[in-house]
Amino acid sequence: MTTALVRRPGLARVRTNRPLLYLLCLGFLGVVVLLALLAPWLSPHDPNAVDLGNALAGPSAAHPLGADGSGRDTASRLITGARTSLLGPLGVVAFSTVAGVVVGVAAGWRGGWLDSVLSRTTELVFAFPGLLLAILIVSIYGEGLIAPVVALGVAYLPYVSRLTRSLVLAERERPYVEAYQVQGHSAVQICLRHVLPNIAPVVLAQSTINFGYALIDLAGLSFLGLGVPALTPDWGRMVFDGESAIQAGYPLSAILPCVAIVLTVVAFNVVGERWADQVARRDR
Amino acid sequence: MTFLRFTLRRLAEMAATLLAASFLIFGAMYLAPGNPASFLLSGRSASPEALKAINDQYHLNDPFWEQYLRWLGQVLHGDFGRSIEYRTPVNTLLAARLPSTLLLVAMALVLVVVLGLALGWIGAVRGGATDSTILVGTTFAVGTPSFVAAVLLQGLFSVKLGWFPSSGSGAGLGSMLWHLTLPALALALYLIGMLARVTRSAMLEVMGHEHVTVTRSRGVPERAVIRRHVFRNTLGTVLTMGGLIVSTLLICTVLVETAFSVNGIGQLLDLSTTTKDFPVVQAISLIIVGIFMLVNFVVDLLLPLVDPRVSLGTRGASA
Repeated sequence: MTTALVRRPGLARVRTNRPLLYLLCLGFLGVVVLLALLAPWLSPHDPNAVDLGNALAGPSAAHPLGADGSGRDTASRLITGARTSLLGPLGVVAFSTVAGVVVGVAAGWRGGWLDSVLSRTTELVFAFPGLLLAILIVSIYGEGLIAPVVALGVAYLPYVSRLTRSLVLAERERPYVEAYQVQGHSAVQICLRHVLPNIAPVVLAQSTINFGYALIDLAGLSFLGLGVPALTPDWGRMVFDGESAIQAGYPLSAILPCVAIVLTVVAFNVVGERWADQVARRDR
Repeated sequence: MTFLRFTLRRLAEMAATLLAASFLIFGAMYLAPGNPASFLLSGRSASPEALKAINDQYHLNDPFWEQYLRWLGQVLHGDFGRSIEYRTPVNTLLAARLPSTLLLVAMALVLVVVLGLALGWIGAVRGGATDSTILVGTTFAVGTPSFVAAVLLQGLFSVKLGWFPSSGSGAGLGSMLWHLTLPALALALYLIGMLARVTRSAMLEVMGHEHVTVTRSRGVPERAVIRRHVFRNTLGTVLTMGGLIVSTLLICTVLVETAFSVNGIGQLLDLSTTTKDFPVVQAISLIIVGIFMLVNFVVDLLLPLVDPRVSLGTRGASA
């Protein structure tokens, strides 16, 4: 070859390094987020408008995805439900990521008694499955979205903090940290400006995977009637409402939220694992 | 570390963690807004004498430490107190519901272990299209919450096809097995996917090791190589997931039993959460946490037997 091809590295990566499945999942997540953001303008009907004459109706021009057992428009409920179904996990992931990184950096950087206290606490939280912790909190404070989100945030915290701790332990040994220490930078400054950006990709990949699991747990709570308030459209709640529709032989209004949950969780898992793989390859 | 010293140390650790867990569970319930006495009276106004009788019976006016220590003492004697909703001992409630939950979890566990290991094995050994199919299948299994699986299985196999009953737990072992097949499948699906993925990647990793190449070059039959040198090596990895698998199965019974109206312990946890029946919620939570720790303890004891490279107690240190 004599002619040197000038390739733009960004485009080359799009062409070679991104399998179809990953792109599909990323696109799907984009669509879901967009639907959630624009829900009030996109949903064709009021998601809570009951029309018993229209109960369990199949797809029609007015109701493209049919109606549920109370005659509420399924499409509108799916679109509006995307809001709570994504907002809850977002809260869980934001809480567990921020708090987990703080705890993990503190434990990894300081070590000593702080590290052992935090590891003990981590072990204790690990013994509680996320859903159990959320149910405990709900049994105390009653139904709602805030209490389960905080409970799940606490339950997911150890996954982030343990990962951060091990990353910080590895990072602390690298020469650049010592170089900054010699130059007189404070520990807080080194952590915030140099260590944190270096470990951020791995933590974010973990948090992306956590998002899917948080969505599963929160949808499960709503399915039990312990999550969002009864009238708020939510995918988990829709599955519960759909159970009676299935028994009546009209499964559409139950299957659609099921599909929405599964596809969203799968998409988050695929994207998160892909990011984790990319980071692992970079480090090797 | 000797076996005895390790066992004693781990037992002490377990007792400490359980104590902390019990304190958390009891303390959280104690802080709950609302007075259990008002739930007992369910909105009716009571004479001061009746109120006092209730407060005395359930020791509601004692200081926190006294209440906690009394509860802890009772729990240590295997007594979880009285249910506020049903007015019967929690133990009686649990005992009545134990068989269906036990059978459900056992069936799901068998499904998880058999199908999870088999799918992971086949995927790793066959490769190609089989592997891709299994990968896609397990990706979806891992993304399917147990209640979604429950509702879909119910819709397909009991409402549409009528092969299985859609609710209840049946009487007698045969009928129970029949009633609990779909719930067990729904409960197991996610973990089957997870175990298959873990087994597959662990086996693929071991297959890349030199000892496998050497064994093959010595002319050992492929089946024996896979069974004795690859799969055998991954058992340790699989075993460390034991605690997670069992605790996930236990907590997800809440969803699956509710979906299929199986009157087991999971359904009881859901009902008691709604009615704020604290003694029941406390008992079930403590049992789930305790079982998780117990399984992890047993796993730690078994690990050196399965994988001689691991000496007792090194798992906790490396984690």
